[in-house]
Amino acid sequence: MFRYFLNKLLLIIPTLIGITICSFGFVRLLPGDPILALAGEHGVTAARYEQLRVQFGFDRPIWEQYFSYIWNILHGDFGSSIATHTPVIREFMLLFPATVELSLCAIILAIVLGIPAGIFAATRRGTWIDQGLMGTALIGYSMPIFWWGLLLIIFFSGYLHWTPVSGRIDVQYFFKPITGSMLIDSLLSGQKGAFQSAFSHLVLPTIVLGTIPLAVIARQTRSAMLEVMGEDYVRTARAKGLRSFRVVGVHALRNALIPVVTTIGLQVGVLLAGAILTETIFAWPGIGKWMVDSIFKRDYVVVQSGLLLIALIVMAVNLIIDLLYAVINPRIRVQ
Amino acid sequence: MKIANILLTAAALSVVLGGSAYAKTLVYCSEASPANFDPGTTTGGNDFDASSRTVYSRLVEFKHGSTELEPGLADSWDISADGLTYTFHLHPGVKFQTTDYFTPTRDLNADDVIFSFTRQQDDKSPWFTYLPNLSYDYYVGMDMPKFTKEWKKIDNLTVQLTLTEPNAPMLANLGMDFASIMSKEYADKLQAAGTMADYAAKPIGTGPFTFVDYQLDATIRYKAFDNYYKGKQKIDDLIFSITPDATTRLQKVQAGECDVMAYPNPADVPAAKADTNLVVLSQAGLNIGYMSYNTTQAPFDKAEVRHALNQAIDKDALIKALFQEAGAIPAENLIPPTMWSWNKDVKADAYNPDEAKKVLAANGVTSIDLWASDRSRPYNPNFSRAAELIQADWAKVGVTANITTEEWTKYRADGKKADRPGAFQIGWSGDNGDPDNFFATLFSCSAVGVSNYSSWCNKDFEKDIQDAKKTSDMAARSKLYEDAQVIFAKEAPAFLLAHSQTYVVTDKKVSGFLQDPLGLHRFDDVDVTE
Repeated sequence: MFRYFLNKLLLIIPTLIGITICSFGFVRLLPGDPILALAGEHGVTAARYEQLRVQFGFDRPIWEQYFSYIWNILHGDFGSSIATHTPVIREFMLLFPATVELSLCAIILAIVLGIPAGIFAATRRGTWIDQGLMGTALIGYSMPIFWWGLLLIIFFSGYLHWTPVSGRIDVQYFFKPITGSMLIDSLLSGQKGAFQSAFSHLVLPTIVLGTIPLAVIARQTRSAMLEVMGEDYVRTARAKGLRSFRVVGVHALRNALIPVVTTIGLQVGVLLAGAILTETIFAWPGIGKWMVDSIFKRDYVVVQSGLLLIALIVMAVNLIIDLLYAVINPRIRVQ
Repeated sequence: MKIANILLTAAALSVVLGGSAYAKTLVYCSEASPANFDPGTTTGGNDFDASSRTVYSRLVEFKHGSTELEPGLADSWDISADGLTYTFHLHPGVKFQTTDYFTPTRDLNADDVIFSFTRQQDDKSPWFTYLPNLSYDYYVGMDMPKFTKEWKKIDNLTVQLTLTEPNAPMLANLGMDFASIMSKEYADKLQAAGTMADYAAKPIGTGPFTFVDYQLDATIRYKAFDNYYKGKQKIDDLIFSITPDATTRLQKVQAGECDVMAYPNPADVPAAKADTNLVVLSQAGLNIGYMSYNTTQAPFDKAEVRHALNQAIDKDALIKALFQEAGAIPAENLIPPTMWSWNKDVKADAYNPDEAKKVLAANGVTSIDLWASDRSRPYNPNFSRAAELIQADWAKVGVTANITTEEWTKYRADGKKADRPGAFQIGWSGDNGDPDNFFATLFSCSAVGVSNYSSWCNKDFEKDIQDAKKTSDMAARSKLYEDAQVIFAKEAPAFLLAHSQTYVVTDKKVSGFLQDPLGLHRFDDVDVTE
């Protein structure tokens, strides 16, 4: 088990190096120039441009810039934003809790609805229930997030007035963040109605961000269940006269969950990518919106360091999922 | 007696509690997060909305809803006969805001004014580099280092600016956001504490609102400054709710979550107008969309070719297709009709494809490069669409336009090259309401290679705009600019497209909100009916 963990951990190193090269290189391949973007409509004279290039270090050879970037990161310095002049790590730490809260709610929604939907469809294979559920999942999977988000806002917030339009809490509630989770902080604040407000603000973004993972998990659970339910040991369990609930819920589901857990782990990347659009539509102050803004401003420092931090988190989650996989599947532990 | 006491106490309590319950709050749905709260270091309108127009004041101010100057922190000023010395007499007893992070011990004085400007110019000052990779781009962009010789303290309430050469637009420059007056006492305190970066994060000024809190990318909170030198504001609390998507902003104002919203989508304007709970304000923006011909390159070196290309474009159809419901005013001059010195007698080239065809054929013009960018700007929402429509119009007069599309920053860098071929779409949004900010910035000889995309350097035009800088006599300046417009129309270094309409949507309970010609959003003198 320890060796398994160590192997996984060592694999992270080349991946990390690859990510630093990609994030550093890709942002520089984008057309556009951070100095000109900063200067606004006025533009800058050639002399001033050159001066700023030296100041930002863009005059140095690209490899030198890369190694200086790596050296700084190894010393815990992720740099400061070109646009806001604030340390990247500080902005990241301020915004990340909002993304975590939203992503956690979305993945919980996806698991809580997706797994039962998959089991239900598998146990009623070929019926209209199966077709209906899988058809809905396919629609959910194909839905453009931006369109889906705006549609929900217009209907539930604009037309029915059931949910707030955007943000994390009504502006009338004001308290200093303690944990970064608005649900918890609103409870801690003791302000009447704050928790309800925070909760109601989470509803639509959670649905929008959770839709694709929900569809994927439902489909994966169904196909894994169908595969497992055709196995000999399930047939044996049935032959022994076990109740259907026990056959499906214990014998089949536990084995079917192995690929589903992997799928859930892979959804972390999907959630962070989805967060970019969801956060922009719902004015959710998280890292997705932050990255988009930085790309538009050609803020190289934020983009390259932000990408690295996000990649680190995705890798950490995948590592945890791998470990969980070993816990669920004894064969991996033995190997 | 006991009952009377109880009743009195209850009445007093109800007044106190009732007072706090009815605190007037205005929520503004802004379009983006501010880069920081030091207006000298930023360049965006959203940055200025959140800092200079709320927290700070300037020596001179633009009148609310106009570009006319009025006294600000300076009650009055004297300009020497040679136009080189400006003496400002400061308003006495101006207080800086008190917050939980700073308590001022003195009123505003000349030291604050001098510090506010010298920190942006003196590269030996620690404040010149107090943030990582800092540059005071607006100060440099407005040529302040070139024109400023010295700031001098005459006494606590009198400060003198000496220029290197006469520059009439200087007064308007001093009303701009980068010229906001900062607290030197606060700066000294932060410097001593080694926390200089807080200067941009926790602002202290003399403006109408005191900064309370900023939650990154979410909300900015202010409260009315009780000791504001022009009197306390009618609203008690001002909240910026940062909402980047324009459709979401409109939904928020419709749902009553915001009272004012910035920049509605042009396509959403009819829906907003149809909502009886909303008020849609609109006005001609202080901007110009145009297309520069590189006058140093054939065939654009001939004025008749430039006129013919202008005549070949159906401007009205182009404006309708580009601006749709939002609308725009067809441009006759480089400056919009709301700006002083606009010459009503000057007319841009009228649509005349037959005449254009003859002239272009006679000059052998058959192919032209036409530039477009991927960015939407207030003065031109879709460069690519505009390029396609112009291409179609030119095709009708026998000219093939080859469209080149580039990313915005690269586009501008390539566009200003002196040997750039072709017609280049660009535009401008005014900074300070002075015509010099259009004429000199966009078409002076010194702007060639910087922001003169036509590389046009005409000695008569240049003389007019340089002479207009040297006199502070408004009538004389106006006449010079009117003459410059005649020369511009005759030479046609560019195709002038339009001055776009700008919109703001407010809830009908909001009163006193005036659209700012410079595109900013100001909340001084605004009220809400609860």
